[in-house]
Amino acid sequence: MAVDMNMNVLIVDDYTTMLRIIKNLLKQLGFNNIDEATDGTMALEKVRIKNYGLVISDWNMEPMSGFEFLKKIRASEEKYKTVPFIMITAESKTENVIAAKKAGVNNYIVKPFNAETLKGKITSVLGDF
Amino acid sequence: MPERLAEEKVSDGKKDRIVAIISSVVNKVGHDDKVSLAAIMTELRDLLIVIEETRQDLGMVRPTAITGEHIPGATDELDAIIESTSEATGTIMDCCDVIQEKAGGVGGENGDAITAEVMKIFEACSFQDITGQRVSKVVKTFRDIEEKIDKLVNVLGVKTSDILPEDSRGADEALMNGPQLSGQGISQDDIDKLLAELDGVSE
Repeated sequence: MAVDMNMNVLIVDDYTTMLRIIKNLLKQLGFNNIDEATDGTMALEKVRIKNYGLVISDWNMEPMSGFEFLKKIRASEEKYKTVPFIMITAESKTENVIAAKKAGVNNYIVKPFNAETLKGKITSVLGDF
Repeated sequence: MPERLAEEKVSDGKKDRIVAIISSVVNKVGHDDKVSLAAIMTELRDLLIVIEETRQDLGMVRPTAITGEHIPGATDELDAIIESTSEATGTIMDCCDVIQEKAGGVGGENGDAITAEVMKIFEACSFQDITGQRVSKVVKTFRDIEEKIDKLVNVLGVKTSDILPEDSRGADEALMNGPQLSGQGISQDDIDKLLAELDGVSE
């Protein structure tokens, strides 16, 4: 099934520079509806009120980290429990990747990254587009 | 002898004195049944003197200057790095947005090529996020050190010396303290005014 390029995508990062970079790359890839949040708390509020087809989140944020956000999503009983979740982070230690995987992340991108990597990871999560 | 080596030698000397006094007290109490209280008091008084000297030495290092001036100064500089790189990155990305828009007007192969190159600039801008996170870690480490020094000063009851260490730099070198943090320097307008005023004085 082809990827719906009009799906809602939520990007979460406390650095506005990163939000802007990811948003731009996603637009270049053809995604049209992109929302932003600057930490896990704001992101959680957003997923509760809107359906997202993909969440792309940083790890290191305050007050709620991306890891905490991921765990809360996956532990919930709500419809967003299974939303595809990609972590984009500077945390590149093995234990981080393992912890994220155990928490239910669908893919993991280490910063800095490029458009090709982002596209590849989104494809592996959502399918070809 | 270099200053640091001299300090290490003094420190070692004090350590030796403390160990010698404590050993002496332990030996007297352990092996001499008729040890007088006065003898032990003398040893303990010596120990007190060494401890007091050590506290004074620590005070001369001015630990409060480290926590009150040096570390906050360094963390302010690092915060300024984050702020200025963030501003510069924002400007670069603003320019990219404009170029990208114009590339749409160019269209065709050239338009695509321009867009592809602009995307590379966007990708490279992620350096600001990475360096920002690294610098934040360094700032946090500095603050931890500051806290630990403060605790140490309080526990030891160190009184900071009132004698300010002289700036050992030469006159020309002492003028080099920039770049100034926001609010610490004067603006280009103020510099122009100042120069004009100085010109007026010299004429």
